[in-house]
Amino acid sequence: MLPSEFLLLLFLAITALVIARLEYLFAAAMLTGIFSLLSAGLFTLMDAVDVAFTEAAVGAGVSTVLMLGTLSLTVREERQGKTRILPFLIVGLTGGALFFGTLDMPHYGDPTAPIHQYLAPDYIAGAENEFGLPNIVTAILASYRGFDTLGEVAVIVTAALGIMALLASGRGQEEAGDK
Amino acid sequence: MKFSAMRMREKLIVRVIARALIPFILLFGLYVQFHGDFGPGGGFQAGVIFAAGFVLYGLVFSLEDLKRVVPWRVVELGVASGLLIYGGVGVASLLLGGNFLDYKVLDSHDAMHGLHLGIILVELGVGLAVSASMLAIFYAFAGRREAR
Repeated sequence: MLPSEFLLLLFLAITALVIARLEYLFAAAMLTGIFSLLSAGLFTLMDAVDVAFTEAAVGAGVSTVLMLGTLSLTVREERQGKTRILPFLIVGLTGGALFFGTLDMPHYGDPTAPIHQYLAPDYIAGAENEFGLPNIVTAILASYRGFDTLGEVAVIVTAALGIMALLASGRGQEEAGDK
Repeated sequence: MKFSAMRMREKLIVRVIARALIPFILLFGLYVQFHGDFGPGGGFQAGVIFAAGFVLYGLVFSLEDLKRVVPWRVVELGVASGLLIYGGVGVASLLLGGNFLDYKVLDSHDAMHGLHLGIILVELGVGLAVSASMLAIFYAFAGRREAR
């Protein structure tokens, strides 16, 4: 179990480095899809199948297509500027601070972690007794956290509306397509 | 970019494989949608997979072909009605005397049935809104590309 996780993490790191170094943006866009697929594999190993599912469908599928769509509107080669030290330092410091922060976090899968103490036991028992649903994630998303999910759907719809308003002007765009 | 879309249309293997794959992608999307209570997945994942089937069609053939299958108007309606279904379930449970999004009151005889009905309806709303939103975003990007 552990070696495959390390292997996936190693591949993730390599992919990220290659994406950062690549100047050919088409390959970089495809590599972001591979990055998402690798993290989906990592989520599967962590038993978070629902998250892995979403990551594979959205990250590796739809967003890669959108990247390619954006690429066809711009150039395919990145113009290489001078390497600047200050942004690199800021990014390095932020990453280091994040790593430092994880030292305080409970270990992965620790049953005594605060997040497993508060509401999670009720949810786990309730999904079976109250709902009779084997998939706890669905019970939480659709019912316990129904309000949040309504908000999430509203966010997605708002994003779609914003893009429709900005990029496609509805009927006018259809007429432009007919020409 | 129009010529590259045309080149794609001439690629026989891509066309045949896509044609064979798309029904299975859509079927898998429906499976994830309606099996979400029991297995991994749910409305969001199903919506994305369902939209991905259509996006594949649009990539392999062309945006005009895709627009003949799913007109822009249907996408617009899907985006709005998905959210409306979700909110409507909440309002329906209000009108039946429960709290907002309290599914138990949806079935007057069996609270468990009401719960399941509510979850299925809500997931349907999520799936519809997500797949239509993904298609709308794809239409907007691809339409801009073809307009150039």
